[in-house]
Amino acid sequence: MAERPTSPHLSVYRMYRYTLLTSVLNRATGLVLALGLILMVYWLMALAAGPAAYARAAALLGLGVFKLVWLALLAVFSYHLCAGVRHLVWDTGRGLERAQSRASAYLVLIASAVVFVALAAWLLGRGQAS
Amino acid sequence: MSLRSPLGEALGHGAAKDGVHHWRVQRLTAVALLPLASWFAVSLLAMPAHGYAAVAAWVGEPWTAVLLLLFVVTAAWHSQLGVRVVIEDYVHGRAMRTVLLALSGYLHVLAAAAGVFAVLRVALGGAA
Repeated sequence: MAERPTSPHLSVYRMYRYTLLTSVLNRATGLVLALGLILMVYWLMALAAGPAAYARAAALLGLGVFKLVWLALLAVFSYHLCAGVRHLVWDTGRGLERAQSRASAYLVLIASAVVFVALAAWLLGRGQAS
Repeated sequence: MSLRSPLGEALGHGAAKDGVHHWRVQRLTAVALLPLASWFAVSLLAMPAHGYAAVAAWVGEPWTAVLLLLFVVTAAWHSQLGVRVVIEDYVHGRAMRTVLLALSGYLHVLAAAAGVFAVLRVALGGAA
């Protein structure tokens, strides 16, 4: 089959456009959450394998670098959650006008930042997580 | 001989011949994940410690186990649908796209199966 034009070439778009930014962010955060799913399954499987296996996994997941991983996961979760609600509202046929869509883009960015800060403060305020 | 009109045969199927099934399931799982994912995140954050005994006891509670099962399966399903769209949109080589789609599918089924098995084993007391 001959090479035919394919969609989307990310590089041809103006990334600073809020429409594109919010859309790409939603996909990117979704992909990161897919990696988070793998991490969760690893954690659950270690739990199922018993105390010794769980202790090994907990030692790995408790490393300092994972503090950053948890923070990153909370950030992408916060965004994907809020952006997902925006999509669900769109699916009802509401909020699709240009001005509304622009307003909801900012609303999503602000709301997800608020959710993230709250969750991150909770995580970091837990003291020494074991 | 079918009595359906050609238009009736074609309506709702779109170019993928799959209608709106993908779209609908993506939305249904998204709605389910709003409470499930929020519950999971809040539960982990609210747990005073994440040692084996505490976590195993938590997973062993009936409602926790049920919600965790639903969460793992729904998250894997929703994730598979999302990753599929991204691969279809951005991977342009036919062979590479086919391989990646299959790989993503296998991995998501593996994640769901492992997650379900792990929760059941802990909840039903089979863990070592």
